[in-house]
This record gives sequence, C-alpha cells and structure tokens, in this order.
Amino acid sequence: MYCLGIESTAHTFGASVVTQEGRILSDVRDVYASKPGTGIHPREAADHHSEVAAKVVSDALREAGVTGGQLDGVAVALGPGLGPCLRVGATVARAIASCFGKPIVPVNHAIGHIEIGTLTTGALDPLVVLVSGGHTAILAFSGGKWRVFGETEDITLGNLYDMFAREINLPSPAGPQVEKLASKSANFVPLPYVVKGNDVSYSGLLTASLARLRSGASLEDVCYSMQEVSCSMLTEAVERSLAYTRKKEVLLTGGVAANRVLQKKLADMVVPHDAVPRVVPQQYTGDCGAQVAWAGMLALRAGETAEIADTRVRPKWRLEDVKIPWRSTAA
Amino acid sequence: MSKYLGEAQLPKLIYRGAEAEIYLQDWYGELAVMKNRIPKPYRVHELDSTIRRNRTLHETNLMHEARKIGIPVPVIQHLDPEESSFIMEYVHGLTLKEELYVLPPQVRRKRCIELGRVVAKMHEGGLVHGDLTISNVISDNGKLFLIDFGLGDFSNELEDRGVDLLLLNRAMKSTHVKFHEEIFGAFLKGYSTVVGRKNEADIVSKVHEIERRGRYSERT
Repeated sequence: MYCLGIESTAHTFGASVVTQEGRILSDVRDVYASKPGTGIHPREAADHHSEVAAKVVSDALREAGVTGGQLDGVAVALGPGLGPCLRVGATVARAIASCFGKPIVPVNHAIGHIEIGTLTTGALDPLVVLVSGGHTAILAFSGGKWRVFGETEDITLGNLYDMFAREINLPSPAGPQVEKLASKSANFVPLPYVVKGNDVSYSGLLTASLARLRSGASLEDVCYSMQEVSCSMLTEAVERSLAYTRKKEVLLTGGVAANRVLQKKLADMVVPHDAVPRVVPQQYTGDCGAQVAWAGMLALRAGETAEIADTRVRPKWRLEDVKIPWRSTAA
Repeated sequence: MSKYLGEAQLPKLIYRGAEAEIYLQDWYGELAVMKNRIPKPYRVHELDSTIRRNRTLHETNLMHEARKIGIPVPVIQHLDPEESSFIMEYVHGLTLKEELYVLPPQVRRKRCIELGRVVAKMHEGGLVHGDLTISNVISDNGKLFLIDFGLGDFSNELEDRGVDLLLLNRAMKSTHVKFHEEIFGAFLKGYSTVVGRKNEADIVSKVHEIERRGRYSERT
C-alpha cells in the first residue's frame, strides 16, 4: 500500500510517499522564507505554495518510484494552520484524489507530528511533548484520543522565539538562531519563570526578554537566559505530567524538538522516573509531508477516509477532537 | 520516637513527588514532617535555587495565612529558605480518602459537610488550595486539616475557586464511585452554609463551565 501525504499548514509545502509498513519512500519540501523582521504572511506563503506544489508533488512521486495510479490514498493536513496555506494543500489533494479516483484522508497536522515521532523512534505508549510554532502541549493517549495534560496558556515555545526574533530583525523560524546565540553565553539574567500546575505561560517571558535587551543586556545573554527559562519551565511541566501518568517514555516531537538544550533537559529530567527520552530525528522535526503521509496511512488502514465535499480546511482543529482508531488504549 | 514508629529509623522518606520529598523526622522528641524541594539538574543553579526558595516561602506563607483565618493546617515549626525546606507538625489521623472507606454513612456525610465549611472559609479568606483532593485532607477524629499548599495562591477569583471544587469532585468520583454524589452533595451543602446559596450556585455553574472546556476532563 502507498499513501501520498501533502503538508501546507504554515511555511512548508511538503509531499511524501510512505508504505503500509512505515517506510518513507520520499519526503520533499519547499519552505517559504519570510523577510527578516516579519513573520509568515499567510497570503504570500499561500502564493509560494501554489508555485511550488506541482514540482514538490511530482518530485515526491518520482523519488518514491510510485505513479498516481498506484496510490491507495491521498492524505492532506486540513488543519490546524493558516487558512490560505491550508487551502492550497487541500486543493492539490482533491485534484489528485479525483483525477486518479483515490480516497482522500483528512489528517490533523499535530497528530502527524506525534505519529512520525512514534514511527521513527519506536515509542509505544509515550508521554508526548509537542513543541512547534503552533503547539506547546503535553499529551498522553487515553480513551481513544490524545489527551492534553498540560499546555501553554498563551503563546507557544516556537512563537516565543519567533516573536522575539521578529522584534530584533532576525528571520523566522528563529529557533536555530536563538539557540546559536544562546550557546555563546553562560551569563544568566533573571527572567520570569511561570509554571501553573502542568501548564506554562510564555507571554510575560517574551515581554521581559525584550525589555532586558532594551535596557542594555547583550543579545547573547538574553537568548541564553530566555532559552534556559523557557525550556526549564516546559521540562518542569512535563515532569509533573510524567509523575502523574507514570509513563515510561517521553517523546519530543515538532519543530522545536530540534533544540538541543530542550533535549538535554528532558533527558536529565526523566532519569529518576525510570523513563527513557525519545526525540524525533532532526529531518522530521519541522513540518514535512512524511508526517501527513504516515498519519494518513494509519487513518486509511482504519477506514478513516472522507468524501471530497467533507474536506473543507479546519484552521482551528484541536487534536484532542480527533478519534484515533488505530491505537489501543491499553498499551 | 519508639512510641510512634517502633524500630523505624528517622528521618524516613515517605513520599517523593515531582517537586519535593517528604520525610518523617524527629522534632525535639515529637514526630514531625519535613518537606524538601529537591534541586533540579535541568535548571541552571541560580534559577533553580531562586525558584525553590520562593516556592518554599510562598507555601509556608499560605499556611500561615490559612491558620490566621482559622483553617486547620499543620503548624510550621521550622523554615529553612536556603535549603528550600520546612518542618511542620505531624497530624495524626487518616486522610479523608482513607476515612471515607470506613465511616458509617451518617458520619461520612457529616465529614463532607465539614469539609465544605472549611474550604468555603478558606475561599472567603482569599486563599485557594490549587490541588484540593481528599488525599490532601487529614481527619484527626473529625477535625479536618488541609495539607500541601504547594500549588496554592492568594486569590479571590471565581475561576480559581472553581478549580478547587472541580479537582475535589474528580478525586471523590475516582475513589468513591458508589456514594460520590452523596459526598459531593454534602460538601456543597457545607460550602453553601458559609458562602450562601447564591454564591454556591455561581461556583457550581463555574465548575460546569471549566469542565466543558475539557481541559480537566476525566481520564478514562
């Protein structure tokens, strides 16, 4: 069985073909780059996606050595994400599905991050730490759905870095830049640390970090301190959830999973809980077609297909609303 | 110490949470409890010691305030901010969770009415517990002590009070399924005797609203 997956929720247009066994035959992407000092402009990103879509999809099929006729389904991330961007992916998916007479499989982008994480790390029943521009959430599987145990009360971790970078004219996504600048300092300047139970709040940290910068602290020191505080906060929230759920694996996935400081903190944290850390491989941290193709394959095998008329985009699709028939609760 | 623990060695670790360790220990011949916030390897030293210190002060502050407004809480006997630890009196008795299993229905109901009064008084006094479960209530022959203010706060927000009730309701439901409605009903009765019917109705509808948001929905 082959499933084509199409990703277009934010800055990335991606396409990938996976097999039923979870072999990723291709994973092609083209990323819209925003101008330094600005975020993603939804319409410009959508224009970018329209321009590259045909090439990305045909490259993904060619690399996989699969023709449109051989596909068993076409998966597409219908949300959550930016409306104009989502519509490009949805349109492309509908066209391919109806052209070849294949079923279309709606995929929740966040579920894609989780499933590509479990596929590539072998995690069976993990506590999931999903960190990206769109999500900062701590999740565990229970009762047929992924449940939120903790999350950000305001902006996400990726958002924190991107908004900070935007104010000082760095290009986004800014995570790697912030991490690089932070690595040049070990001078901690105090910043607000806010953990409420299993939740975190980053908006005050953003404001305070920018204020520190304006009042003369060096960029390296602020990046170092902001990264230390933000990652420590999340690690503490994860530790609380881990103590409560007693899971034995912690899976870090999503774009900010590439941050080595966060990886290290989680690895240090799990030791006394007899749990093991699992981190999605670098190439699958950021948005990609493979996460959609694989989550789509799982849904396809469980019979979760949709009529073309039911494939409207869902910009605010919450992941805990998604039924997961392919995963058993008693893991 | 032998009068309490036989041959047991003190200090003795009795609980390890995500944030702190709880020890039984001797305090000038009396049994006492030490709560010690342990250093976290994932936080830089300066940040870690500030957080542990501030939280220890915040928690003991809340306990002190609770005592001032007449809420039974363990007496704090010693506070060491530099070590992020404090020692408090050991409250004899069972947790309410344990006691509810063994009490006859009449007394069971009485206990929950009393808990409603205590919690309402705490809320009226401007405090919220933040982790209100029946495991965090110790019954010393019917006198109900609230313990573990680690997630507590000074607050008069209906939202924060609602979270207290929601957590309590969930804890009752998960351990005492058979008479859960009876005991939570009794709790609300006690609660309303302090705050009045109108305020009780307001907080109950707030609890439903928080529940509907799904963030605290029951694990199955």
